[in-house]
Amino acid sequence: MKGVMGVELIKLIIDGKEVEAPAGSTVLQAAENAGINIPRLCYDPELSKLGACRLCVVEIEGNRLLPASCVTPVMQGMVVNTESPAVIEARRTILELTIANHPLDCMTCDKMGDCKLAEYAYRYGVKESPFEGEKHDYVIDDSNPFIIRDLNKCILCGACVRACEEMTGADNLSYLNRGFHRKATTAADVPYIDSDCVFCGQCVAVCPTGALTEKTMSGLARRWDIDRVRTTCPFCGTGCNFDLAVKDKKVIGVLSNPDSPVNGRSLCVKGRFGWDYIYNENRLTTPLIKKNGKFEHASWDEAYDLIALKFNEIKDKYGPDSFAALSSARCTNEENFLVQKFSRAVMGTNNVDHCART
Amino acid sequence: MFLIGTNPTEAHPVIGYKMRQAARNGAKMVVCDPRHIDLVDEADYWLRLKPGTDIPLLNGLMHIIIKEGLEDKKFIEERTENYEELKAIVESYTPERVAELTGLSVDDLYAVARLYATTDKAMIFYTLGITEHICGTRNVMSCANLAMLTGHLGRPGTGVCPQRGQNNVQGACDMGALPNVYSGYQAVTVDAAREKHEQAWGASLPNKVGLKIPEMFAAAHDGKVKAMYILGENPVLTDPDANHIRAALEHLEFLVVQELFLTETAQYADVILPAASFAECDGTFSNTERRVQRVRKAIEPIPGQANWQTICQMVTRIGYPMNYDSPKEIWDEMASLSPSMAGINYDRIDQQNSIQWPCPTLEHPGTPVLHVGKFTRGLGSFQPSEHIPPGEMPDAEYPFLLSTGRILQHYNVTTPYSKGISSIWNKEMSELNPVDAEKLGVKTGEQVKVTSRRGEAVTQIKVTDRVLPGVIWMSFHYNATPTNALTSHHLDPITGTGEYKVAAVKIEKL
Ligand code: SF4
Ligand code: SF4
Ligand code: SF4
Repeated sequence: MKGVMGVELIKLIIDGKEVEAPAGSTVLQAAENAGINIPRLCYDPELSKLGACRLCVVEIEGNRLLPASCVTPVMQGMVVNTESPAVIEARRTILELTIANHPLDCMTCDKMGDCKLAEYAYRYGVKESPFEGEKHDYVIDDSNPFIIRDLNKCILCGACVRACEEMTGADNLSYLNRGFHRKATTAADVPYIDSDCVFCGQCVAVCPTGALTEKTMSGLARRWDIDRVRTTCPFCGTGCNFDLAVKDKKVIGVLSNPDSPVNGRSLCVKGRFGWDYIYNENRLTTPLIKKNGKFEHASWDEAYDLIALKFNEIKDKYGPDSFAALSSARCTNEENFLVQKFSRAVMGTNNVDHCART
Repeated sequence: MFLIGTNPTEAHPVIGYKMRQAARNGAKMVVCDPRHIDLVDEADYWLRLKPGTDIPLLNGLMHIIIKEGLEDKKFIEERTENYEELKAIVESYTPERVAELTGLSVDDLYAVARLYATTDKAMIFYTLGITEHICGTRNVMSCANLAMLTGHLGRPGTGVCPQRGQNNVQGACDMGALPNVYSGYQAVTVDAAREKHEQAWGASLPNKVGLKIPEMFAAAHDGKVKAMYILGENPVLTDPDANHIRAALEHLEFLVVQELFLTETAQYADVILPAASFAECDGTFSNTERRVQRVRKAIEPIPGQANWQTICQMVTRIGYPMNYDSPKEIWDEMASLSPSMAGINYDRIDQQNSIQWPCPTLEHPGTPVLHVGKFTRGLGSFQPSEHIPPGEMPDAEYPFLLSTGRILQHYNVTTPYSKGISSIWNKEMSELNPVDAEKLGVKTGEQVKVTSRRGEAVTQIKVTDRVLPGVIWMSFHYNATPTNALTSHHLDPITGTGEYKVAAVKIEKL
C-alpha cells in the first residue's frame, strides 16, 4: 500500500490496536502516532538514536528478546505489546538500577514536574532501590551565570552530548571514563566556564533530569507553578520562538518550545539567557523632562502636553518637513506602523526611517 | 551554501548552527571572508579575500562561469534582461586580474565558480559584511547577478538570502517605517496608494519622498530638521561617525525619545517617554524570511503601559485622535491597507504559529519562496558593476584597516543590560594579528588607543590570527569603547548605509 508521497505504509498491531506507519519508522514512533506513549529516557525526536537506556523495550510476538522500540523498525504484520508483564518487569529493574545511584532529593529539585525519571518511577511505582551501591559525590558546577550542572543526578542518557554536537555543533561535551566513573562532561572535565561552551543551553533543554538546570530559575518555581507564554526572540532576525517562564507575574526564565517553526528547541545565549535586561534597575519607569540641562520626573500628562505644544509649534513655524521620526527595528510591527502613520498623517511628512541600515 | 560577508554563528546563531549541521551532513560550503569565522572550519573552500574586494570576486566568478559555458542559458533567456551588459563588464575580470585584486588563488576561483554553477541547489547568504560598504548596493546586486546567471533562484534551496541584522528589520520595512513607502512597499509617490491612505486616515498626505537617516541628521545639522521623535534606537552608539550625530542632535530644537534606558541618544532628549520591553507587549515581529510571528505579553508593562498605548496617547494629545483597543486592531488596519499582507491576522498566526507574506487573502497559505516563476518586477535585470575601492584606505598616517561587526553574546544595545551576559563578556576585545601585535608590543588583554580621522576609542586587544595582518576588528556593543566614533563617514550613495566595514586607523599602545 502506498501512502502520501509514495512512502509505503506498514500495518501492524500495537496493544491490540491496528496501526499504520510509514516504512522506515520505528515502533516507538508508530505507537506515539497511535496515541500510545512508550516511556523513554535517552530517546529524543530531535537527536540521533542511541538505544541505550532500554526503558522503551517492548514485547514483539515471535521475538524472545525485548527489543528497544526506539531503534526497532516497523514490519508488516508485527504484533507489539508495550505494557506486558515482562516489559513492566524489565522497566522496573532499569528504574531501580538507575535510582540506586541517584540522589532522592526530589522534594527540592528544580526539575520536579518535568523530570522523566520521576515520572516513570511514579508510573511504575518504584519508590526505592533494592540495589545498594556506591553513590557519586560530584562537585556541583556553578561556574557560570546560566547553567547549574549537578552530575550526581545524571543518568548518562547522552542527550546533552548529542544536543551539543547535533543541534549546536559546539562539540563541547563527550563521555569520559568507564563503568561507575563514566561521565558526560566537557573535555578534560573542566567547569563549563572554562570549556568551549557557547552557552546556547541546548543541553539544558534536552536533559530529562535535574542534572542540567537553568540557574535563573533555581529555587524560584516548581515546573507546575510556571505559566509559559510563547513569544518571539527580541535579539536577532532569525526569529526563534520560545516560552517565557512566568511565576507570580514575573519572568523567571526562558524555556524552549519544540513547536517553534524556525528553531525547534535550539536557541543561542542571547535568546535563552539575555532576557533579564528587562529587570535591569536602570529601566526608565516614568516620563522625564529636561529642565536646565537636568532630567526631572514628570507625569504622562505633563510630558504629552509639552510634546504637543512643541511639535505643533515647530510644525507651524517651519513646516511639516522640519520634523523627522526614527522608528525601530527592535520594536513590533504594530509600533512601527503607528510611528509612520504618526509622521505622515499627523506631522505631514515622509521623514520617517529606522535603523535597518545599521 | 555560498556565504559572503556574513558570520552566522555569531550574528544569527541558530541559523549558523543549522548551516554547520548541513555542512557536516554533506552540503558544500564556501565562505568568503577576510576573517577566520567559525564556519571556516566547516567549509569546503575559504576565500580569504582582501577587505572591500567583493565585487571583483563576484565578477571573477561570473567571468569563469561564462567562459566555461556553465551559465543557465534557459533561465537567462526567459527570466532576465540586460545580460549583454553583464557579460561585457565581467569580461575584463579574468581569474589572474581577480586573483591580484583579491589576494586569492586562481585555482580556488575556478573551483568555487564551477562548484557554485554546477550545484543544483545553491544559496547565497550575505549580511552587513556586504552592505556596510560604500558600494553596498552594488555588492548586493552582484550577488543577485551571480544567482541569476546560474538560475539559482525561485526554487526551494536556492536564492539570495539577506540575513537581517536586528530582530525586526524586516518588519520595520514591511510596516512602512521608510521615507518612500507605506506598509507593504506601496510608494508614497503613487497617487492611488496615497489617496487610499488619505481616505483611511482622514488626512492629506505628502507626496514627496522623505529623508533617510543620514539625511535627517545632516538636515538637523543644517537647521532644516528642528524636531525629532526617536523610538527605541540609539544612533549615537550604533550609527557611523558618532560625533557628527551628537552634533546634529544638539542642533535640534526639540527631541523626544521613547526608550527602555537612558541611552547615549536619550541624553540629548528634551522629553523621554519610558518604553516597555518585548515581554510587556503584544504584537508581531517579522523575521528574515518574512515570517510574521507573535510577540505575547507575559508581564505587566514596567512603565505602566505598552508602547502602542504611549504612541496613541501622545498623538491624540498632538491633535489627531488615535484610538485602538489592542495591537490586533492596529495589525488589522495595516493589513486592510497592504495587499501583500491582507490575508494575515492574529487568529491565523495563533493557529499556524507563523505565516510568511506575500499572503494576499485569508485562504492563501503564505509564501515561503519568493520569485517562483516570475520576479516582482517581471524580468530579473542584471545590474553589473565595476570594482569600487573603499572610500578610505590605510595610508602612512593611519596604517591599519578597521573592520567592525557583532559578537555572539551581544545584540546592539540591550544585552549589555543583561546581568548574566555582561558578567562574562563585559569589555571590548578587539582582534589583532600576532604579527602586528608583536610590532606594537601588545599582548592579549592589554589596552590600545585606536584613532581615525574622526575620533578615538580605547580598547583591549585579543591577539589572534582570525584577522589578517594590517587589520583590526572591533565590535560596537560597549559604550566604554565607542567604536562608531571611528568609523567612516562614507555612505553608500543609494541606501545611505554607513561604510562600517572599512576605515583607516592608527593604533597606539597605552
Ligand atoms: S550550553 Fe551549548 S555549547 Fe555549552 S555544553 Fe550545552 S549544548 Fe554545548
Ligand atoms: S546531564 Fe542530563 S542530558 Fe546529559 S547525560 Fe546526564 S541526564 Fe542525560
Ligand atoms: S535565540 Fe539567538 S538566534 Fe534565535 S532569534 Fe534569538 S538571538 Fe537570534
